[in-house]
Amino acid sequence: MDGFGPVAAFWVLSGLTLVSAGGVMMSRNLLHAVLFLIVTFIGVAGFFVLLSADFIAMAQVIIYVGAIAVLVLFAVLLTPRAGRDNAETKWALPGMLLAVCLAAVFLFVIHDTSWNTIDGDPAEGSLTAAALGNALLDTWVLPFEIASVLLTAALVGAIMLTRTPEEEAEDALS
Amino acid sequence: MDSSKWYDIRDLSNLSSWILENLDKVLPFELVYVVAALIGFVASFLLFVLPSQLYLGVYGERKIIGRMQSRYGPNRVGPLGLFQPIADAIKLIQKEALTPTSADRVVMYIAPIVFVAPAVLLWAVIPFGENMVFANIEVGLLYFLAISSLPVIANFMAGWSGNNKYSLFGAMRIVAMTISYESPLVLSLLGVVAITGTMSLAGMVLWADEFKIWAGLVSPLALVIYFICVSAELNRTPTDIAEAESEIVAGYLTEYSGMKWGLFYGMDIGYALAASAFAATVFLGGYTLFGLEQWIPGWMIFIGKTHLFYFIFIWTRGTLPRLRSDQLMEFAWKFMLPLALLNLFLLITERMIWAEQDYEKGFIYLFAVVNIALSVLLVWLWARFNGYKPEAVPMRPRLVKEARGYVPTGEAN
Repeated sequence: MDGFGPVAAFWVLSGLTLVSAGGVMMSRNLLHAVLFLIVTFIGVAGFFVLLSADFIAMAQVIIYVGAIAVLVLFAVLLTPRAGRDNAETKWALPGMLLAVCLAAVFLFVIHDTSWNTIDGDPAEGSLTAAALGNALLDTWVLPFEIASVLLTAALVGAIMLTRTPEEEAEDALS
Repeated sequence: MDSSKWYDIRDLSNLSSWILENLDKVLPFELVYVVAALIGFVASFLLFVLPSQLYLGVYGERKIIGRMQSRYGPNRVGPLGLFQPIADAIKLIQKEALTPTSADRVVMYIAPIVFVAPAVLLWAVIPFGENMVFANIEVGLLYFLAISSLPVIANFMAGWSGNNKYSLFGAMRIVAMTISYESPLVLSLLGVVAITGTMSLAGMVLWADEFKIWAGLVSPLALVIYFICVSAELNRTPTDIAEAESEIVAGYLTEYSGMKWGLFYGMDIGYALAASAFAATVFLGGYTLFGLEQWIPGWMIFIGKTHLFYFIFIWTRGTLPRLRSDQLMEFAWKFMLPLALLNLFLLITERMIWAEQDYEKGFIYLFAVVNIALSVLLVWLWARFNGYKPEAVPMRPRLVKEARGYVPTGEAN
């Protein structure tokens, strides 16, 4: 990373991502938390651009911002009592414990990884859309297919769970 | 382009780079950056924003729809009403932007800004000419899709923050509609990516130039699906259930007034223009026109194609009635999605056959003919299967007699 532009972009993106991630935790209003989450996603996409992983950055914005965040917004709207704040929960202590454990794991991983740097343009190598596509449908085709089967199962399961007895009766008749 | 003299306006980058090179000799480095930005602003305003946004988008749309509905349209301010958009803008700026006391003030303030920013970002990857593209990135198509999925969040913020049940209805509807129409839209574009073999927008124009055929002719079904999906996502009138005046006041814009509303209104047109420009690039061959770009500047061809596509938006807006919310959802999931999947399957099969033949030029014309025939057949069959039976010629105006309207003699029954 050299030159003024990338360095400035890195610090701006870091600030944006961290502040909005803090906002996700701190905001009392659930919808504000979701909006902060969207900003976090966009910040992470910016990091991918800085790492010359254009395709992953675009996929991040399309999937996380365009689909998942919008679905979360939708789900929050459809949830009764979504407007209450989350202060007086009895799960505060276990939650904190879990957070500390997670932080420990992450710090360990960050500390333990050897962060190699490659000179030159990494976009020439393995991060283009074509290379990713080849890897997904060649080397990693089995995990890819398993993931899609898992998602289909989840979809069918969600439909089955949300059907009311009336709808079941209607389908049985027809 | 063979020559690159500064007076060669077939590619405007010649002129701008000539100006900048000469300025570089006179001015210090930082100032040249500022001047470059100013040149870009003025040029884009004169070339695109003024004619398209103000005169095709605001004035032309009202005028054309007026003619379609046997009205005059704006005709009071200036000759032929030409100053109407300017008068409107002045009126909107001086109007008070009200904020309800129970509204979420911050989110309500941010929503128009979040709505405007992506509309400008979208233009970064659109090639106006051979060298007239700001960011010629490898994944330009994905970039466009990613950025165009952002405004729905602004719409949602606008609808939610107003603390009004009608605006909340509008927000819910637009979110549901975007989720429904995003999948057929992306699937239809995926077919085009499969046949052209590139995701860069400039690459797609070069493909159309090389094979002398538009991608819209090779994949006509994708073009139609793209048009319908994008008009649903952009809330254009036949599908604007999120701000349906007859049902939910003004949808997510109910609590907005003044320039805050004006930003939403103006940028709706901006998004429609961006979608038209994107369609002109992907489906209609961008700035090329079968060799004619040697004589006519490519950016003029491109803007002409964009306006042509935008005219179809106006046309559907002026002639088609608004759909109901559940009809629109059903149409996306039961009609568009299967068709988009079939279209994708068809195009990928053809791509495989074509690869076997070493991408010979003749095959693409064969594919175009086959695809146009198959598309018509597929749409017809799938409509029959779903039980839609459109009349070829409407024999008489329905319900006109019942409503005691005028029925011309000889055409009744």
